Amino acid sequence: MDFFYFLEIFFSGLTRGSIYALIALGYTMVYGIIGLINFAHGEIYMLGAFTALIVATLLGMSGFPAGGILIVAALVAMLWCAAYGYTMEKVAYKPLRGESRLAPLISAIGMSTFLQNYVQLAQTSNYVPFPRLMPRFAFLSAFGGVMRSSDFVILVVSALVMIGLALYIRHTRMGKAMRATAQNRKMAMLVGIDADKVISLTFIIGSALAALGGTLIASHTGQVGFGIGFLAGMKAFTAAVLGGIGSIPGAMLGGLVLGLAESFTTGYLSGDYEDVLAFALLVLILIFRPAGLLGKATVQKV
Amino acid sequence: MNAVMKTLLRAVMISVWFMALTFPVLSLKVNATKRTVDVLWERAAGMGLAMFALSLLWMWYFRHKERGRGDSGPLASVRAGMGRGWHALLRRLDSLGRRRGVTGLCAGVLLAAAVFLPVAGSMYQTTIFANAFLYVMLALGLNIAVGIAGQLVLGYAAFYAIGAYTYGLLNQYFGLGFWVCLPVGGCLAAVAGLLLGFPVLRLQGDYLAIVTLGFGEIVRLLLNNWMDITGGSQGVANIPRPSLFGITLSSDQSMAYVYYLTLAAMIVTIVVVARIKDSRVGLALRALRDDEIASEAMGIDLRMVKLQAFALGSCWAGFAGVLLAARINFISPPSFTFMESAMILSMVVLGGMGSISGVVVAALVLTLAPEYLRALSAYRMLVFGALMVLMMIFRPQGLIPSRKRIYHPRGVSADGAATSAQGGRA
Amino acid sequence: MSEPVLKVRSLSRNFGGLRALNDVDLDIMPGEIVALIGPNGAGKTTFFNCVTGIYVPTEGEVTACRPGGQPVRLNGMKPFRITGLGLARTFQNIRLFPSMTVLENVMVGRHCRTHAGILGAIARDSSTRREEQESVDRAYALLDDLHLAAYWNEEASNLPYGAQRRLEIARALATDPFLLLLDEPAAGMNPQETLELKDLVLDLRDRFHLAVLLIEHDMGMVMSLSDRVYVMEYGSRIAAGTPEQVSRNPEVIRAYLGETDHA
Repeated sequence: MDFFYFLEIFFSGLTRGSIYALIALGYTMVYGIIGLINFAHGEIYMLGAFTALIVATLLGMSGFPAGGILIVAALVAMLWCAAYGYTMEKVAYKPLRGESRLAPLISAIGMSTFLQNYVQLAQTSNYVPFPRLMPRFAFLSAFGGVMRSSDFVILVVSALVMIGLALYIRHTRMGKAMRATAQNRKMAMLVGIDADKVISLTFIIGSALAALGGTLIASHTGQVGFGIGFLAGMKAFTAAVLGGIGSIPGAMLGGLVLGLAESFTTGYLSGDYEDVLAFALLVLILIFRPAGLLGKATVQKV
Repeated sequence: MNAVMKTLLRAVMISVWFMALTFPVLSLKVNATKRTVDVLWERAAGMGLAMFALSLLWMWYFRHKERGRGDSGPLASVRAGMGRGWHALLRRLDSLGRRRGVTGLCAGVLLAAAVFLPVAGSMYQTTIFANAFLYVMLALGLNIAVGIAGQLVLGYAAFYAIGAYTYGLLNQYFGLGFWVCLPVGGCLAAVAGLLLGFPVLRLQGDYLAIVTLGFGEIVRLLLNNWMDITGGSQGVANIPRPSLFGITLSSDQSMAYVYYLTLAAMIVTIVVVARIKDSRVGLALRALRDDEIASEAMGIDLRMVKLQAFALGSCWAGFAGVLLAARINFISPPSFTFMESAMILSMVVLGGMGSISGVVVAALVLTLAPEYLRALSAYRMLVFGALMVLMMIFRPQGLIPSRKRIYHPRGVSADGAATSAQGGRA
Repeated sequence: MSEPVLKVRSLSRNFGGLRALNDVDLDIMPGEIVALIGPNGAGKTTFFNCVTGIYVPTEGEVTACRPGGQPVRLNGMKPFRITGLGLARTFQNIRLFPSMTVLENVMVGRHCRTHAGILGAIARDSSTRREEQESVDRAYALLDDLHLAAYWNEEASNLPYGAQRRLEIARALATDPFLLLLDEPAAGMNPQETLELKDLVLDLRDRFHLAVLLIEHDMGMVMSLSDRVYVMEYGSRIAAGTPEQVSRNPEVIRAYLGETDHA
């Protein structure tokens, strides 16, 4: 029994962790390429959840099958959020390239505030129920119910997406261009890489992943609210920092570690301090090991 | 002609893009109870029109910026004209302000108006002005760290909360009064600032911002979850108004009394922050903002100076927190969220980082405008967010940029011309 | 024989596996102008950064001694303390405070010689005001000495390039140093400006009783200005001596072959 409890907590931690990882990828990729903490990234995740809700409700009115609705809703949310991410970069960050580091960060905070209130005003300030769309897998009950169907879906989908991203970055032309730009933007431009395109692509990919995370978590927890982006965003950022900001495998690892840590604290100690734990981790890592688990320390040139 | 058509076409494309982009969230409203979606075409149309106009402005602005001064186009010249007008106005005001009599007169008139407000105005007016003055205090306090020293602190509301809870809890458990709690609250907030400051000194820019944000959230969550002591999300209620030599005041009188205290605190804040900015320490802080390595090489003890900025800024938030608790009698964690910190930050950004008059004006406008324009108040955070982005792009120095201090070196006459033997370029 | 103002013994500095400085010795006597030359990447700026506390040396000893004072070991000392001791530097890529006026830039240099704190700032008592006025006057006098007085109330970033270089020197002098470290002061200057700079450095040395250590690529300036020259290559010292001795040294000629015409 105890072991089953342990497994249950373990899987719920993995589920949480993979959502954090999906969002963290967006933070880490953007930071890797333009050195900006895209504060508004959490809001993209929230926008993703809302877009999915709207699409799912529309399709639900026309009597679509549940599994199909989830897939279509996720795809539309990813597409739209990619567009949001792309637009946000063009409007709020691109004009500030080359300014002091403070300017884009403040702009990002403004963007985050704006998007949150935009959704609140356009939709609602209350939590809205998200339709139950997750498929049920009978075979999971054979394992004593330690893993719910939605856990299974989230784990499989996020694993596939992350493997896909890793392959894309390792093997395609654009992936190589992204890695080159992350290492040295000037040099990358000198060898003919279109940095603007790479930056746009980074925002597009990151935002689409966040939207996927938003859709999955909304159908997992069954509700959506305009304020969910802040906490999820901060936790995902913690995950990115934990793994070493700028490092893609680091973001995945950091997400899982944070998800498990939270899940085990809640499961064995108390749920009251789950959020405090994440923030405390964030503060402590930044102070004592800002390079994270897999990142490299940087030396400032004088 | 062709160029105009191209621009218009582009603007149409941009507005179509934004209509499509915002269509799901803006124009499709979910009805949660009926599980249906309402289509709001008027919102899509409004978005399209707004973006068409805005994109034209945007394109004209950037074309103007790229071409430098030699510019054409009706809107660009309007914009340039407005910019010039604004600058001229600021310069006029500045040169007026530098004449002692004028400054004194203006300050006198404003002060008199502020003093008579509780007598002449309604209770409501008194309350919102007291609130606005409190935000001036907060924004100026944050301006020390963010504006003058360039250290982006995102968890400022935490120090505000520490001040407020100091008064609330010390009063609840030990019956301590306002006048004891005011210095204690300031000191505790300053200590918190120092404790946070020590480890984060080495961090720069964005990391510092995130650590302070994390700290702010930790404080809020602790206040929220530590039920036994802080009352959790129920907050602390029945905090008394400050005493006045043991005289019993009616509710209105005590409100007016708190108003006067806040007014006095704001004036003290303005004087203190202005003096610090113009002092040796202020100069070191500005050096730090410009270039950390160079300032350390010039003999500035970065740790010391940063800690001072941190402690002073957080101390001020502590004072403001005590004043807040004294005014509203009830405090709870939702008053100290990140949005609160972001709002104070947007006041600093809008007014002009490091600028005293700018920040004062911005704090007053941003707190009073939503009160007087009730229709706007729902949109205030939306507007704050948009303002932060737009200010960074179009006017990073703020509405009223930091005023240049005038020094009087020996050997230079009052009008600024060098009178010494040497002077010109060799 | 007086104590050297700067004594460096077997100074080394590693960056990971790379040895950027290897066993370098150097002495500067009071009033001396010493140049540190060598091809790009020879470790000159690393040497500067080790002396001024921006890097901590991996091995070796760095000691400084104010003329007539006691020697102090600089290893691991914070940059601001080293400046407080009396070593002041300029930067290869100019690092002024761009948002401040020219006068304020120099006043920042007075920071370590003044004392007013927060309380003084708030009270603005007579001693605080007096101290501030003294810093203003002193800064202005320095600007006058470096022919920058006409710009005193301009923003530093609006100055012409050569004036910015001189402003960096003025700012360094405001810290009352006994040793001035100049990192490529003539970089980007035209021959006329370089010539003026040379006279300026000589003049400042005499007027402020300074010793000067400079990194410079302009051989004409190095040879005519310096009392002694140290040559570095690949992190090591390959030669030292008077300009004449160094310019005849075969090692040096080899290191510089085809790179510059020797003065």
